[in-house]
Amino acid sequence: MSEDTAAVPAQQVKSAPAKKESGISALLGSPAGRNTGLVVALVLLCLGGVVTAGDRFADVDNVLTILRLAAVIGVVSVGMTFVITGGGIDLSVGAIVALSSVWATTLATQGIANDSHWIVMVFTALLVGGACGLVNGALIAYGRVVAFIATLASLAAARGLAEIISNRKTQIVNVPGFTAFFDASVLGVPVLVVIFALVAAGGWVLLNRTTFGRRTFAVGGNPEAARLAGIDVRRHTVMLYTLLGLCCGLAAVMLIARTTTGSATHGGLYELDAIAAVVIGGTLLSGGRGTIAGTVFGVLIFTTLSNVFTLNNLSISAQAVAKGAIIVVAVLLQQRLARRSGA
Amino acid sequence: MTAAALLSVRGVVKRFPGVTALGGVDFEVRAGEVHCLLGQNGAGKSTLIKVLSGAHRPDEGEIRWRGEVVEFGNPTAAMRSGVAAIYQELDLVSGLSVADNVFLGHELSKAGFTKRADARRRTRALLRRLGHPEISPDRDVGRLSVAHQQIVSMARALSLDGQLLIMDEPSAVLDPDEVRVLFGIIRELTAQGVAVIYISHRLAEIREIGDRVTVLKDGRTVATGLDAREVKTADLIALMTGRVLENVYPRRKPVDPAAPVVLQVRGLADEDRFREVDFTVHAGEVVGLAGLVGSGRSEILETVYGARKAAGGTVEVDGRRLRRGSVGAAVRAGMGLCPEERKSQGLLLDQAVYRNITVSSMSSFARFGFLDDRAERARAATLTESLDVRPAGVERVVRGLSGGNQQKVVLARWLLRECRVLLLDEPTRGVDVGARSEIYELIRALADSGVAVVVVSSDVEEVLGLADRVLVVREGRVVHDGPADEIDESRVLDLVMEGHAA
Repeated sequence: MSEDTAAVPAQQVKSAPAKKESGISALLGSPAGRNTGLVVALVLLCLGGVVTAGDRFADVDNVLTILRLAAVIGVVSVGMTFVITGGGIDLSVGAIVALSSVWATTLATQGIANDSHWIVMVFTALLVGGACGLVNGALIAYGRVVAFIATLASLAAARGLAEIISNRKTQIVNVPGFTAFFDASVLGVPVLVVIFALVAAGGWVLLNRTTFGRRTFAVGGNPEAARLAGIDVRRHTVMLYTLLGLCCGLAAVMLIARTTTGSATHGGLYELDAIAAVVIGGTLLSGGRGTIAGTVFGVLIFTTLSNVFTLNNLSISAQAVAKGAIIVVAVLLQQRLARRSGA
Repeated sequence: MTAAALLSVRGVVKRFPGVTALGGVDFEVRAGEVHCLLGQNGAGKSTLIKVLSGAHRPDEGEIRWRGEVVEFGNPTAAMRSGVAAIYQELDLVSGLSVADNVFLGHELSKAGFTKRADARRRTRALLRRLGHPEISPDRDVGRLSVAHQQIVSMARALSLDGQLLIMDEPSAVLDPDEVRVLFGIIRELTAQGVAVIYISHRLAEIREIGDRVTVLKDGRTVATGLDAREVKTADLIALMTGRVLENVYPRRKPVDPAAPVVLQVRGLADEDRFREVDFTVHAGEVVGLAGLVGSGRSEILETVYGARKAAGGTVEVDGRRLRRGSVGAAVRAGMGLCPEERKSQGLLLDQAVYRNITVSSMSSFARFGFLDDRAERARAATLTESLDVRPAGVERVVRGLSGGNQQKVVLARWLLRECRVLLLDEPTRGVDVGARSEIYELIRALADSGVAVVVVSSDVEEVLGLADRVLVVREGRVVHDGPADEIDESRVLDLVMEGHAA
């Protein structure tokens, strides 16, 4: 999957002389090579899984479990890729997932869903998520609040609101149609995984083949130049956060389906997981460069890592340490590559 | 003037992966002289400065400092020996105060504690010497204008008490009176035996301040030790470009008096920078805006474009009034702006040339929001070819192009949109002589095709050479409006600076 097909020839020209110096780092520097690095990391992790856990890892059910877990955070991460490429950041995604999950599973919503159609729950979650994103975007673009602060405030507010609505109780889903739909499989692939694949593919097209995507790169790369070129930077920023909000709403639906509950504790630390996946995937935290394929690999790497650790009965704390180490290594590598191509 | 060579450079070579930036540079700088370095962009001037100031290590050749072979491993070593450089790209830290920036890296301190009062006092003295006592040492550098940042950068170089001062296009962001102050300081310094390496694209300045000239072309010295006052302009240009240029400015065509008014500005005002600005631009006309930095000329342009909110007045294109403070409305009405700060305001530096060109016309390449990448590249390729953007290749990242070629990319963006009104803010800043005349011709060709053009420039000669009509702006008001061939440079300077202590 060559993300930045457009940029390939130019960067190849640039890295050509560098290749003589050291083959491996030059290879990692090319866009295809960067994904190769991620693929290698993922393969090594899988090998580690097979060696330490054997058949318990290399089992169809286990692989599907990994994918089902990856699907929820994956949808959030695809949305996050857009916001970060556009020069922003969103710390409130986990809280938005929680609020959407709670709102979509209140007794009232479930009642309406049972009386009419389960799709009501889906729309409720999307509406709540989209609205939260819209508020974030408007605060940042028109209120001129720094993204970090605006979404930090949303994080607190949305999770608080989720607790108020749910009264801090886990809300169990009792809508047979909803559960049946999302528990199903298409040709052996769980619906949740299918949704993730569709979101990733759609995200790739949106980022790389449309005016929306091109504007996202422009706004993230140099907002002032984008504005003077005639792009409505503020409106675009609002759209980016709204898109991420919608992704959070969809992730909430998937989480409700997977756990059959809505809860104010859902989506804990999703913001960190999503940002980490996006960054190790190769999207620049400073904006202007982003890759959906990289993000998908990032999500798969983290989810597989958790799975391997769990199968080996290692603690969550050990997982956290390993995650931290991976992030540091990835960022160090990214900086070295950026310096190389910038020289 | 003493004849002792303070600095001598012999056969210096510097290679980067894939390119030889310097292929053999020789020259000598004497104590107390102003030595001018001339050359087109890409001739190796910036690399040479970096070698001299210790930022790059030469691969071959020797540098002698006061007769001894030296190797400056890093800028601090060069600074300690008495070499200070003022770079074209300002190297100031915004967020820190003026005084902190002046003494950054050589802080005044006692037992590890900085002596802030001392630093402030000495900074104030340096700024006074530079003719800018109004800049407070406590101001955040990031909040200063570009011109003032340049002054701070100069104060920083002076604070080092250097024996050799390297100035890379110091006058590019300065007003005529500020340049005069700068020259006064340079004379004062050289009288004390300090040597100055002076780089500028403006030949007039070199004649005024320079003693000797060295010309670089393609990383080599093609001439050195020329007398700055005697050498002929045509010879210098021929040395720099390898070809003979006759007239830098393209011939004007008389503007058809019946040509329709395309841009009409009435009573434009903002909060405090300018007021009651009226002017019209006809189809096919080039109007030049002359004025000091800070006179409001760039602000006027940005407000016409909708990038700043107007407090009053109207802007009309083809008789239709534009919505205030909306760039989108201006662009839709057929306006285009090439902003003053090309890199920070004009370009997406890390993106491909073609994406920079099509960014303002994306919808014409899109169907239901999906972009036709191939068509974009094809159109961009045609444009860059006709503008002779070098090196060719629309996939190239813009950052790697020279100033002149970057400016062509910005111009290509508006050519593609087929603008009715083109606003150009300092279109030739940082652009070398050869590319400059190409850009002038392009501007003229656009006007001849019926575009209304407005040019802002600090270079009065450029305004007079390029424009059909000249507006002079002083303290936020248009104080003169008339044909360019009825006014000369000294009259414009008079108008520009009236009421200023020159």
